[in-house]
Amino acid sequence: MAKLHVSTIINGEPMEFLCEPNDTMLDALRGPLGLTGSKEGCASGDCGACSITLDDRLICSCLMLAAEAEGHEIHTIEGMAHGDKLHPLQQKFLEMAALQCGICTSGMLVASDALLRKNPRPSEEEVRFWLAGNLCRCTGYDKIVRAVLETAAEMREAAQ
Amino acid sequence: MTELRYLAPSSLDEAIGAFATAGSAGRILAGGTDLLVQMRAGVLKPGLIVDIKKIAEMTAIEETADGGFRFGAAASGMALAEHPRFGKVWPGVLEAVNLIGSKQVQGRASAGGNLCNGSPAGDSVPAMVAAGAIVTVQGPNGRREMPVEKVPAGPGRTNLLPGEILVSFTLPPRPKGSGDAYLRMIPRTEMDIAVVGVGVSLTIKDGVCTAARVGLGAVAPTVLLVEDAAKALIGSKLDDAALNAAAAACSAACRPIDDKRGTIVYRTKVAGVLLKRTTAIAAKRAQGN
Repeated sequence: MAKLHVSTIINGEPMEFLCEPNDTMLDALRGPLGLTGSKEGCASGDCGACSITLDDRLICSCLMLAAEAEGHEIHTIEGMAHGDKLHPLQQKFLEMAALQCGICTSGMLVASDALLRKNPRPSEEEVRFWLAGNLCRCTGYDKIVRAVLETAAEMREAAQ
Repeated sequence: MTELRYLAPSSLDEAIGAFATAGSAGRILAGGTDLLVQMRAGVLKPGLIVDIKKIAEMTAIEETADGGFRFGAAASGMALAEHPRFGKVWPGVLEAVNLIGSKQVQGRASAGGNLCNGSPAGDSVPAMVAAGAIVTVQGPNGRREMPVEKVPAGPGRTNLLPGEILVSFTLPPRPKGSGDAYLRMIPRTEMDIAVVGVGVSLTIKDGVCTAARVGLGAVAPTVLLVEDAAKALIGSKLDDAALNAAAAACSAACRPIDDKRGTIVYRTKVAGVLLKRTTAIAAKRAQGN
């Protein structure tokens, strides 16, 4: 079968790859593109471990065909830190031990980042509802929610 | 084995041509949040996927000249939420669309997909029925319109003809004093399938309900338009007698199944309870408009 050729922008850089028509974006990221930060948990859009943004909108990369990336812009966990400098959310997750096994963490970070870009001052309830599509079987969520709220507060202070 | 082909045409005519030619092997891709899961589970093995999101009309959201709204069948819930006016005019429709799945799913999932997936429990459908949405469909024999409640034919089935694609939803202009709301019963707080879902849209003038529509989901093979419930509300001041009559009409309309989510008795009772609660929210919103 002839593979499809896809041109897209990933983490700000133009990228091209080949895929099968039924490959998901997650397959393409973890396969030909070598970006294995996005994880496959459920492969059915329930767990959020494969969260990315597509044209700045939070989505599950397991629920998107790789071919759909043509002409669009994608951000993944790999684009979150600037070189060695971690994003404030990443730093805070480390400081506050908001992770254990780490499988959900890249999805949590991508989703939390999408929330704070949209709403720099979320309530605890808003954080919990926003992250309802990101499942974590280790932490019990409290440390994650607190880390997101704390990061939001610090980022607001830094912006002043 | 049939090979899968992927097409993303930029014109509706091209999409319809390819979709009609593929026959039963063709599947429309809007947000993909149902289609990809079904493919992954092996339930569906399409020979052709027609991605309709590159067709401008399929994702456009616009206010019509008469004060109504028209939005493309593939517009995502998040796109509707980000529209500056849509949620102000149709808060019930918006809350229903954005009860579907997680934020990630809402970034992709569309009202058109929710309708065409044909689930009796699709959250956006009762709210659309209550809103009086008209759908535009187009196929090899041209374009036609139908009321949204005429689209579902049964679980997983629609009344669209072979080769027809759902193009857009049109919501009517809102008279002053109008409000809508959607509530569903689920055992969790988020990301679950409705056990019962109720959409109510009404107009209140001088304290009297002058127009109402009620959509009821997850209690029959298709989402229902409950005309008897609307009749009980219209002409009343939404007093207890009217609400009780409307609730009884909703319960009477139920033809539910027993399953792990809820029993027949439970669903039938909850349909009435939710009617009252949803009407109260819609009425409050109507006062503010």
